[in-house]
Amino acid sequence: MRNPRFVEDRIGMKYGAGGGAMRALIEQIFIGGLGEVGDGGVGLAAMDDGAVLRVGDRWLVITTDSHVVHPIVFPGGDIGRLAVAGTVNDLAMMGATEPLALTCATILEDGFARDDLERLWTSIRRTCEEAGTTIVTGDTKVMGNGELDGIVLSTTGVALTDRFVGDAGLRPGDRLLVTGTVGDHGLAIMATRHELGLATSLRSDVAPLNALIRRALAVGGAGVVAMKDPTRGGLSSALHEMAGKSGVAIVVDEPAVPVRDEVRAVGELLGIDPMLVANEGKAVIGLRPEIADAVLDAVRAHPLGRDAALIGECVADRPGAVVLDTGFGRRLLGEAEGELLPRIC
Amino acid sequence: MTAGTERLRFRDPARGRALTEALAHHARRLGRAPVSVMHVCGSHEQAIARFGLRAAFPDALDVIMGPGCPVCVTDVPEVDEAVALALAGVRVATYGDMLRVPGTSRSLADVRADGARVDVVYGIAQAVELAAATDEPVVFFASGFETTAVATAAVLLAGPPANFAVLSAHKYIPPVMEIVAEMPGGKIEGFLAAGHAATITGWGVFEPFVARHRVPVVVAGFEPLDILAGLVRLVELIASGEPRVDNTFPRCVSRDGNRDAQAALWRVFEPTGGRWRGIAHVPNGNLRLRDEFARWDARRRFDIDCTPLWDHAPAALVQQCQCGDIMAGIASPHDCSLFGAECTPDTPVGACMVSAEGTCKIWHQYGGHPDLRQIRRKVS
Repeated sequence: MRNPRFVEDRIGMKYGAGGGAMRALIEQIFIGGLGEVGDGGVGLAAMDDGAVLRVGDRWLVITTDSHVVHPIVFPGGDIGRLAVAGTVNDLAMMGATEPLALTCATILEDGFARDDLERLWTSIRRTCEEAGTTIVTGDTKVMGNGELDGIVLSTTGVALTDRFVGDAGLRPGDRLLVTGTVGDHGLAIMATRHELGLATSLRSDVAPLNALIRRALAVGGAGVVAMKDPTRGGLSSALHEMAGKSGVAIVVDEPAVPVRDEVRAVGELLGIDPMLVANEGKAVIGLRPEIADAVLDAVRAHPLGRDAALIGECVADRPGAVVLDTGFGRRLLGEAEGELLPRIC
Repeated sequence: MTAGTERLRFRDPARGRALTEALAHHARRLGRAPVSVMHVCGSHEQAIARFGLRAAFPDALDVIMGPGCPVCVTDVPEVDEAVALALAGVRVATYGDMLRVPGTSRSLADVRADGARVDVVYGIAQAVELAAATDEPVVFFASGFETTAVATAAVLLAGPPANFAVLSAHKYIPPVMEIVAEMPGGKIEGFLAAGHAATITGWGVFEPFVARHRVPVVVAGFEPLDILAGLVRLVELIASGEPRVDNTFPRCVSRDGNRDAQAALWRVFEPTGGRWRGIAHVPNGNLRLRDEFARWDARRRFDIDCTPLWDHAPAALVQQCQCGDIMAGIASPHDCSLFGAECTPDTPVGACMVSAEGTCKIWHQYGGHPDLRQIRRKVS
């Protein structure tokens, strides 16, 4: 893991950015005395995508996520689709690809348009169908004007599985697979910000991945040793967490990392690395080397995995480091810290 | 669809390896080590770090980043002026990089967290839009070298709204190269000049400098092959013992540069002496608005009172900050005891840790020079 750091007196934006600051906040404030599960499960301290509790001879996976995004409708999706896919994907990243059900708490700002709400719930229904799940309970609150930005959706998901996959199972020699192009969601959202005045063809990749992951697990079996969805903080944060928790270094072959031309172009224009921004329909999968190619083929055969690639491997030196081989030389892959601010020139 | 880096013409790793070998060959032929050269541009350092070039440079060549980060060299009193304006209730717009640059006691980010109105903009045009949409004064805190200053000049020549004003922290690169070349104990044998600045000024601007200091200057672009080719040429020129200006970025840079842009720049701005943070007082190194544009000059429009900011003594850590030596090429981030410990991108002590173009931030993000070589040996 990264240097321990001290959480400041006031919680600024960076603590929600999915990087080292957020991990420090969870460690120093949230975990104290909470979250122990025992019995071989996964609790709060693991800071994984969800928790795992033993239920009889199976595992119950549970995960929760709040969703805020501006704008609430964006190219390729909306906050409703995001809320369902995000939670389904967190379950899938633990190896639980058959969600039993979701819950959804809805907090609205005074004056929110009924039409917009109906549209979002149509999107939620469709995404649930796509993922083979449904919403079984919820909660509704309305807050005052200006007290929140339109709408907040908070979803929880539960699923049972016979075998769960954490994010700490990598060892030297293991390969890393990413299921498609990186940076699509984050840069699509940034490009919609009015002040940029960019007209682009960027689209969010938001999608439920459980069917894709089911396929990977069916082919890879116990050779699938770690999974993570590279949401906030992007591919870089996901790789750092996996490397840190597994006690290995990851060497990434940069030319192998799939990035759309337009994503690369907008990223360079803004000085923002596509590997540091959120994806909402991608997974990073750690694989034992002997099954890596077979899993790659299986993932590529799925419509959401067509652009999948093997992007790197684990080495024993420098545990926790993520090293990028650019084809010219090597450097450390940085992690996103705080707000991503475009450069001056 | 997935354009691997290899498909981009100036990012071809195979050509990169050929140039790296040529660079090693020419550096070896110099027969002495290390030979130090300096670039004066944050964008060069970004590209060098981004593509991992430091791990590919020969041991015999020391490529030092000079004072090429406009955010880093913005002086404390300049930041204080912007902070004082924001504290006085004036709406301040600036580039994202400037937000966290520490002033005497506070940064713009600090006062924004306390409620002052500070807008992050992507360019001056957006700050003008903010002004056009309101009656209240909007001050654009302008940093950047002659490249960015041209954009400021163009806006002022177009006659922005009356409630718009510019707080200029613009700086001009050629004079600071003189300072670095004359620094006692200096060991810089050649300069890599920034292709985008030279697109404006033309490469001819460096000829008097070369004549005075007898060191070669090579203008280079920002793709990895541009930088490697520029360095190969620079080492060749050092070997030849006949210093001159050479242009390895001809697809953008000419001898005379962009005359319209130069005319706009000098119609709006005039050079004046001023401090560059951590470096020195640089004669003619700052750009201030000419009298003709006084009505858009925040320094003349507002009575900026920084004294309340000076009641607080600067933090003790600042005394240990080595940003100045690092920007002058005398020290590297690893020589600073604060680097990566008390001073991180989250908690910057010096400006070099703030900007995406600052040496310390770049080294912290991408791993520094010795670090990278170690990785190269240990991992491959």
